[in-house]
Parts: sequence; C-alpha cells; structure tokens
Amino acid sequence: MAHLELRDVEKSYGTVKVIHGVDLEVKDGEFVVFVGPSGCGKSTLLRMIAGLEDISGGDVRIDGIVVNTIPASERGLAMVFQSYALYPHMSVYKNMAFGLENMGLPKAEIERRVSNAATLLRLTDYLQRKPKALSGGQRQRVAIGRAIVRNPKICLFDEPLSNLDAELRVAMRKELSALHADLGGTMIYVTHDQVEAMTLASRIVVLRAGQIEQVGAPLDLYNRPDNLFVATFIGSPKMNIVEATVAASSGDNTRLTLPEGRELSLPFGGGDLQTGQKLSLGIRPEHIVVAADGDLEMSVDLAEQLGGETYFYATGKGLPQFTIRENGQANRRRGDTVSIRLRRDSVHLFAEDGKAIRHGATQVPG
Amino acid sequence: MSVVEALSRTRGGKRLHWTDYAAYGYLVLGVFLMFGPVVWLALSSFKTQASLLEFPPTLLPMSQKEAVVSGYDKPLPLFTVTLPDGSKKLMGQVRRVGLQAQMVDPNAPDKPINVAIGQRQPIRELAFATSNYTDPLRQFAFTRYLGNSVFVTIVATIITLLINSMAAFALSIYEFPGRNAAMVGIIGTLMIPITVILVPVYLVVTSLGLINSLWAVILPGAATPTGVFLLRQYMMTLPRDLIEAARMDKASEWQIYARIVLPLSLPALAVLAIFSVMWRWNEFLWPLAVLTKSESYTLQIGLNAFQGELQVQWQYLLAMTVLTLIPVSLVFVFLQRFITTGIANTGLK
Repeated sequence: MAHLELRDVEKSYGTVKVIHGVDLEVKDGEFVVFVGPSGCGKSTLLRMIAGLEDISGGDVRIDGIVVNTIPASERGLAMVFQSYALYPHMSVYKNMAFGLENMGLPKAEIERRVSNAATLLRLTDYLQRKPKALSGGQRQRVAIGRAIVRNPKICLFDEPLSNLDAELRVAMRKELSALHADLGGTMIYVTHDQVEAMTLASRIVVLRAGQIEQVGAPLDLYNRPDNLFVATFIGSPKMNIVEATVAASSGDNTRLTLPEGRELSLPFGGGDLQTGQKLSLGIRPEHIVVAADGDLEMSVDLAEQLGGETYFYATGKGLPQFTIRENGQANRRRGDTVSIRLRRDSVHLFAEDGKAIRHGATQVPG
Repeated sequence: MSVVEALSRTRGGKRLHWTDYAAYGYLVLGVFLMFGPVVWLALSSFKTQASLLEFPPTLLPMSQKEAVVSGYDKPLPLFTVTLPDGSKKLMGQVRRVGLQAQMVDPNAPDKPINVAIGQRQPIRELAFATSNYTDPLRQFAFTRYLGNSVFVTIVATIITLLINSMAAFALSIYEFPGRNAAMVGIIGTLMIPITVILVPVYLVVTSLGLINSLWAVILPGAATPTGVFLLRQYMMTLPRDLIEAARMDKASEWQIYARIVLPLSLPALAVLAIFSVMWRWNEFLWPLAVLTKSESYTLQIGLNAFQGELQVQWQYLLAMTVLTLIPVSLVFVFLQRFITTGIANTGLK
C-alpha cells in the first residue's frame, strides 16, 4: 500500500515526446484506471511508474521518495501484463513463488502466502500445472496471484483483460473489483475499454496524446466531462454531438440555432455566451426521448434490439447520425420517421476549442 | 505413430501417386548416400588386413576357410580343386610355388599333389576379425585417448554453452549502443578459417604454457560465433514481457539469466550442445598442432597414429573409427529429443 505522485512526468523517444508533463496523485488504497484511445501513452505511463521505461523528465514519487533512478526490481511494485507473461517452464506454484524467493522469504512463509493467494483466486487445484495447461481465465488469475502474493506497494495492471473473451472479461472484471475490495491495496489499471474503466475505478484518468484530459470519479466524468473528448470517450454508446450557434443568451435562458435553422431553447444561461458563438451541443443517447412534438424530425437508419433496451440510429437533415436509447423493445424500422426531444436538463455545451461550458443538471439516466 | 506407419506414409488415395515414387526414390537414394559409407566402415572394420587389400573388394568381411590337417602344424587354407578328370574335390593348400600349388586331401594327408593355381577356387566364409578391436585396446592407449577426448568434449561444451549463452543474453536482452556492431563483429569472425589463425593462436597458447595440456584444445575454441548467433536469435524470440515480469518480481539480472532465459532457451542450448560435442569430438587439426605427447592425445590424434609413414594399419584404423563414432552418435540420439520438447512452450497467448 502506498501513495504515488507524478510530477510533471515526461517521456520522449529521441525527439518525439509521448508524455507531456503529467501530474497525478494516487492515494493509498485507490483503484485508479488510466483510459484513453490506443497510442495515448497510458501504457507508457504505467511502465514508467513500474520502472520498465526511463523517465525523461519530472519525478515519480512513491511514498514521498523519488524513484526515477531506482530499477523496477527495487521499487516494490507488481505488474500484471496483457500477455500474462507467466514463466512457461514453471508450475503455477513456482510462478507465484518466484517473486517471493527473490525477496528471500523463508520457505514456510512462501508456502503460506502462495496457498492464501491460490485459495483467494481458486487456483488451489492447479498449483502443480504448467501455464500451458490452463485456460485463459486461469492464466489471468495466476498472473494476478503472482502480483498480489508479494503484497506490493502498488499493483499495476496493463490491459489485463484484453486477451479474454467477452464473457470471461465481465466475470474477471467482477473478480478484480471484489479482489480490490478484499485486499484494499493501491491499484493502477490501464485499459482502452471505457466500460472496464467505469466499472472498476474509484477514479478514472482519461489520457489523450500523452496528456491528462480529466481525472475524476467515473460518474463525475460521465455527468460533467471537462471537454468534448472526455464526453465522447466516456459512455457507450457515445454521446451525440451536434453543431449549434448561440442565438440569444440571457440569465436563465439560452436559445441555440441548430443546423437547418432549427431552434432550441435551454433553461439555463450564462453571461459568457456570446450571441453568434459557435458551440457543440452534446446529449447522451438515454437523454433523448421520442415524443410527438419533438425538437428534431429524424429518420431511422438502423435499430439494435438488446432485449431490455433498444438503440436506434437516426439521421435528420443537416444533422449527424444520432444514437437514441429507448427502454424495452421498441419497434423501430429503417425509414421510420421519429420526432425526438432532447432533455434540456441533460444537455452539455462545449466551446469551439472543446472545453465544456455548461452541463445539464447531474442526471441519473432515466 | 509407429515406425512402420511413419515409413509407409503416402500422399493418400488408393494408388500410389507418382510423387510417392519420387519421394521414396529420393529418400532411398539419400539413405544409400548417407548411410552407405557408415555401413561400409562398420563391415570393413571386421575384415582382416589381407581381405581389406583384396581385389575385387567385398562388402561383407569374408575370409579364407581353413582346416587343421594332421601332419601339418598350421591350419591349411581350403580350396575346391578341379582335378584332371573333371571332378571337384575339397583340398588344403600346403604351399604355393609359382603357378603350381601343392595341395593335400584332408582325408588323405600323406599324399600331396600339385595343381595349377587356375584349377583351384578358394572357399570363403563370413568371419569377423574381432582382433581388430581387441588388439588396439590392448596395445594402444585407447582408454587414455578416450578419456582425453571425453574430458575435452564435456568441459569444452560446458564452457561453450556458458560463455555463449551469456554473450547471447547480453546481445539479445539489453539495448545498448554498439550492440549491432558487436554482433556484426562476432559474425564476421566466422569468415576467418582456423588455418589462418593457427599460427598466432599457437603462439598465444605456447606463451601461456598450455602446450600439451588439454586446456590448449579446450580454451581457444570455447567462444564460438556460431553459438552466440544461434542462441541470440533464439533468445530474441523470448517475449520481452517475461523478462520484464521477472524484473517486477524482484529478480536480479543474473537470476533472469539463470532462471528465466536459460531454461527457456533449452532447445537452442541443446542444438548448440550437439554441435559443440560433434565439433570437439571430431576436432583434428588444432589438437594435432598443440598436442605432441602421446599421453595427451585425443582419439582423433590417436587414430592418426595408425597411419604410419610406410604402412597404414587400415584394419585398426577402421575399427577404432567405429568406436570413435559411437559416443557422438549416442549424444545425438539423446539430445535431439530436447530440440522438439519446449519449442511449443512459450505459455503466452
């Protein structure tokens, strides 16, 4: 268990800078998830914390001590790799005991710790097997076991679930959550899957192009994204974005012009909105309702029936494709015309540079 | 799959395809070319010196049948003699004078007759001259040479594996400036034949006082570029995640080498071990240069001793060559199993 601090951390390969001055604090016992599109530097950042990549600038501190020059083997962290990286020539027991042997623990203590971890991860029956005789989920658990037996200061996870099939991924996600609740250690988890991020994290760090876009609790990011990138990255399906222009703004009312001259009146205003200012309006699929006297007329392109809910994709004249969620099994067919209403209290407004200007009131999806 | 099944595999279908004939024809030819000389060597090693020099040569070790005839001290060689009346008779030859041979009937030993040599056919039988093996083992310090060869082979192979795997580890796992240059340099030494560096290396070995010591054979060839190259290429295929996982597991670099990389490189190490054993066992020129005293001879140099200036004792040379072949063949049989195991062993998805 430990406290991690990144101060203005930078990484460059030659002249190419991939991490641009990241500042972050991870508190003891937190489960922090780094999420971002591929190539955003999240894995690099994790490997810098682990000590597997050199730090080009700034400081990484663990429990207040700068660890920039301390090699990976002496930082006291553990890591679960995407490929699991189990030692193929060692049994499951040996795999888990390897780190403990390197720490110079007595045999009895090693045995106790490994068998505890094995019990926790339901691996007791497989201890004498080689990794190749295990299924994907079991290998994953061995990799996690190998990390936790050492009681590391921080457990690092590098996209650990991406090699598993969808069903197993959901199951392992729940196990990881439970594991964190049981052990309570500090964990840092890298993923490109925002669903994993939302479900696992106590705090999410959204990265893009080597920079932190936003840090916050999952629902904070969902409800109050700082910018257009976070707004569209977090949430599945994505938030709908439509270009808008401010027609008029007063203290408690804003009128927007949408493409093709449609108008939309919002029940909030702001002094900093200028008439004629270009904006992006964002609204999540679940905050759109089909209503007779809606704001927009749209034509259905495609409907996805998930049983408990229906998503349909619709386009209107001059508008991008919208994703709309309906409860239950709505009967939408291609070519149907629907009239939709945007829930005013859930509308997000973003400035041209992507910064959030206004969020609708925090909403529970309904 | 049984051996018979493996050896009778065809392309499929009811009849043999022409490619089946071609494949088996090619394989039979291959077996004949590769295995023929070995068979000839093994069979010839049981021939007596006389039958080795015989013309026309025979494949099997044949020798003249002999019989003890009363009244003669030595056994007499037996011939089928065509008598003047056209009948054939089994007779022993007492002596031969020019074109005449004095023959005797074993049943009537007191009446020798003269027969023209064209009128008699030797009677031959299959006989294994085991004395080819037993004589040199008695007279010649075979066991001592064998001991020397075994020592050189084992110690040199261990040192080669150790040094080469360390070099390969550094050249494959670490990234440092000059890594590729070092590799190119190592590979480049492959282009220098031993004959070119024989004299300088000899001088170095002499000034180290190693002449006539087995270490003079072992040390100069311990680091082989082929071995470094082979192991490096193999180690480069080991997933980097494994090395990093070991670092995260608090393993020191030595532990990564010894406990992760070496065990996982076992197939490549086995291949190199086989090569090294074969090289060392068969090495001739270099030991011939540095080993001048017969107590430090290796087998190959010992065999050379049968090759005198005036006479070559082929029967001993062949027999001892067969003995020399046996250990290296056994090593191959046992180690080659390691090559296949462990290859499908990476454990990564």
